[in-house]
Amino acid sequence: MIPVSAFLVLSTLLFFLGVFGFVTRRNLVAMLISVELVLNAADMNFAVFNRILFPGQMEGMFFTLFSIGISAAETAVALAIIINVYRNYHSDQVNSIENMKF
Amino acid sequence: MANLVMFCILAVVILGSAFMCVMTKSIMRAATFLLFVLFGVAGIYFLLDYTFLGAAQISVYAGGITMMYIFAIQLVSKRTLQNLVERFRGSRVCQGLLISVVGLVTVAVVLIKNQFINQALTVADVEVPMNQIGAALVGSEKYGYVLPFEFISLFLLACIVGAIMIARKEDKK
Repeated sequence: MIPVSAFLVLSTLLFFLGVFGFVTRRNLVAMLISVELVLNAADMNFAVFNRILFPGQMEGMFFTLFSIGISAAETAVALAIIINVYRNYHSDQVNSIENMKF
Repeated sequence: MANLVMFCILAVVILGSAFMCVMTKSIMRAATFLLFVLFGVAGIYFLLDYTFLGAAQISVYAGGITMMYIFAIQLVSKRTLQNLVERFRGSRVCQGLLISVVGLVTVAVVLIKNQFINQALTVADVEVPMNQIGAALVGSEKYGYVLPFEFISLFLLACIVGAIMIARKEDKK
C-alpha cells in the first residue's frame, strides 16, 4: 500500500519543477513544455484523490480525461501562435516580443 | 510491496526527467525528457489501476502532443537545435529557485498537515471495468458524462480550426 502523501509529494515536486522551468526559461517552446509538466502534476492529483480517497466514484478520472483533451487543444493553439511569432519576429525568445509591453 | 517498488522507480524516472527537462539547454532534449515524464505519469495511472487513463495518456500525450512539439521545434528553430540557446542567467535561476522552493514548502506543509489524508482507504488491486467507463462516458443519467464529452469534441474541433487559422500564411492580396 503506497501512502497517499507519497503521491502528493511527487506531484507537488513535479508541479514546482514546472513552475521553476516556466520562470527560468526564456524560450517560448521551453516555457510551454514547463506548462505541460504543471498540467501533468495537476492531472495526477485528480486521479490520486479519486482512487485513494473515493474509490467508488469516477469523477476525478473523467476530469483527468477531459483535461488531457483540453491540454491537447491548448498545445495546438499555443504552438500555432509560437510558429506565427517566429515567422513575424524571426526569434522564439520571449524578449523579442515587446510590442504590447508598456 | 511490489507496488511500492514500482512507485519508487516511477518517481525517480519522473523527477529525474522533469529536472533534466527544465535544466537542459537544447529544446529538442527538453521535448525528449518531457516524453519520459509523460510515460512515467502514465505508469502512475497504471499503478492506480486506471488502465484506460494510462492508455489515453500515452496515446494523446506521448503520441500526439510530443509529436506536435517535435514538429514545431523543427519548424521554428534551426539555431535552437544546435545548442546555441539561452545561457542561464544566475539571477533568474535564483529567482525561480526562490519562488519554487517557497511554493513547494507551502503546498507540501498544507498537504501533509491536512487531515483528509488519514481517510485513505485500502483499495484492492482491481482495475475499473471498461464497460463501466464507457457507460458513464456516454450516459446521460446522474453520473453520466455525455455533455462534457460532446462539448470537448466541439472544443477540439474549434481549437484545431483556430490553430489552422492562426498558423496559416496570409495570402498576399
